[in-house]
Amino acid sequence: MRHDYIDRYARLDSPVHRLPAPLKLALALALVISTVVVPFSAFLYFVACALFLFSVILLARLPISFVAIRLLTLEPLAAGVAILAVMQPDGLFVLIRILVKTNLCLLTMVLLANTTPFAGILDVLRSLRVPPLLITVLALMYRYVFLLIDQSERMTRARKSRTFVPRRGSRWKSAAGIVGQLFVRSTERAERIYAAMTARGWR
Amino acid sequence: MHIPDGFLDLKTAVATGVLSTAAVGISLRRLNGSLPRRKVPLMGLAGAFVFAAQMVNFPVAGGTSGHLMGGVLAAVLLGPAAGVVVITSVLIVQCLLFADGGIVALGANVFNMGVIGSAGGYAIYRGVRLLFRNERGRYLAVVLAAWGSTVLAAACCAGELAWSGIVPWRSAFPAMTNVHMLIAIGEAVISALAFSAIAAARPDIVAEEPRSAPVHEGKDLLLYGALITIGVVLFISPFASRWPDGLEAVAAKLGFESAAVTRPLVASPLEGYTIPGLGSPVAATVIAGLAGTCIVFTGGFFLARVLTRRGRNEA
Repeated sequence: MRHDYIDRYARLDSPVHRLPAPLKLALALALVISTVVVPFSAFLYFVACALFLFSVILLARLPISFVAIRLLTLEPLAAGVAILAVMQPDGLFVLIRILVKTNLCLLTMVLLANTTPFAGILDVLRSLRVPPLLITVLALMYRYVFLLIDQSERMTRARKSRTFVPRRGSRWKSAAGIVGQLFVRSTERAERIYAAMTARGWR
Repeated sequence: MHIPDGFLDLKTAVATGVLSTAAVGISLRRLNGSLPRRKVPLMGLAGAFVFAAQMVNFPVAGGTSGHLMGGVLAAVLLGPAAGVVVITSVLIVQCLLFADGGIVALGANVFNMGVIGSAGGYAIYRGVRLLFRNERGRYLAVVLAAWGSTVLAAACCAGELAWSGIVPWRSAFPAMTNVHMLIAIGEAVISALAFSAIAAARPDIVAEEPRSAPVHEGKDLLLYGALITIGVVLFISPFASRWPDGLEAVAAKLGFESAAVTRPLVASPLEGYTIPGLGSPVAATVIAGLAGTCIVFTGGFFLARVLTRRGRNEA
């Protein structure tokens, strides 16, 4: 997996990408909040919102297939909770309301993540006086999460290639082993990173 | 259990946001005072670890698979304050980068999975450790903490959804809680097994300090406990109070009546679903929860026995 696998479009060059990060974050937040708050009877708002987001996709030159796939992969999570809503009077209406609102919010966040580099978002958080420790943790996480996902995938693959007939018990044990090993390796990596950071004059 | 945007209304989002901000603030303040500088990179890596660990699947019944949430594991390995901050960071990255869990719902997700899932789980862990102080007690404590905190988080999640008025409590609570009672078994077993794997590879990481816990930890746990209690009172009790009717008046007096009393709960398809002699599915779920706790306690006891015996043989 490449380091920029998930937000690989965040560093494209387009009018949307060139907008300052604080503006985009504020706009996304405002859009999500208003989508949550606006009553569903104001149908025109949701149409306008969808049209706006769609024009952002075109302006930002994001591949529509990529955005659609991101949305589809997020859908089960939303639908899983939404299905609970059917079990009530006029549940179908509530379900549709939730799905429209949720998808607009998801689309907003997917667009934000793919038009704004994470470092830019962290800069905004820093200027908003979010405690430095939290920023440091977020920055380190962003830097290393891809590496650890890669590492866990390699371990899973290695396990799979050595297991011919997996039983449930053995699969739980191997999953736990991978998780445990992953933590041990993260700890050791953290020790090396600390040494490297200190050697470069961190703080 | 990640709640997307569009599910919670503004009052729920604000209430959970305030509670979560308070809990994260307490945790950051504690870490600023007590976290050694060399542990700062570990916090970031622990966040990345929890994220990656959540992608490791294990099979659950019926072809579905579950994954670890990792709150209890993080809190037991790093301490409750670090656990809350690590899980919060994971949720922020998942929300901003992967659109997994909403940004308006971030407060609720942090409250359910960070505050209850990590600090609440740690409180259970400590409580069980007070009763069972030996090595076996650690695994039992991990099992019970992971199970209990996951179920409580699911119940709170159902309460938040019901309080937002999008799902009726009567179907949301049994559905969320019953499903998570099963999911939580996976969380508990994997947490305990992973803990034992870490203990086998690096005993120094899981070694307990000679005095069992830092002095300030009790104070922190009280604060987290207070926040969780407020959350439970806010999100669960207005609905639970429908069950023994006597509390209804209190809920109405406190201004919950719009949320708890006037909801059209009657026409739910689950209405006919009752266990003889138990009344509503809500009551049945509570009974199931109590029974589940006993079962998990027994199962955890045997798992702890197996894990400690194996550890002794290897050593």
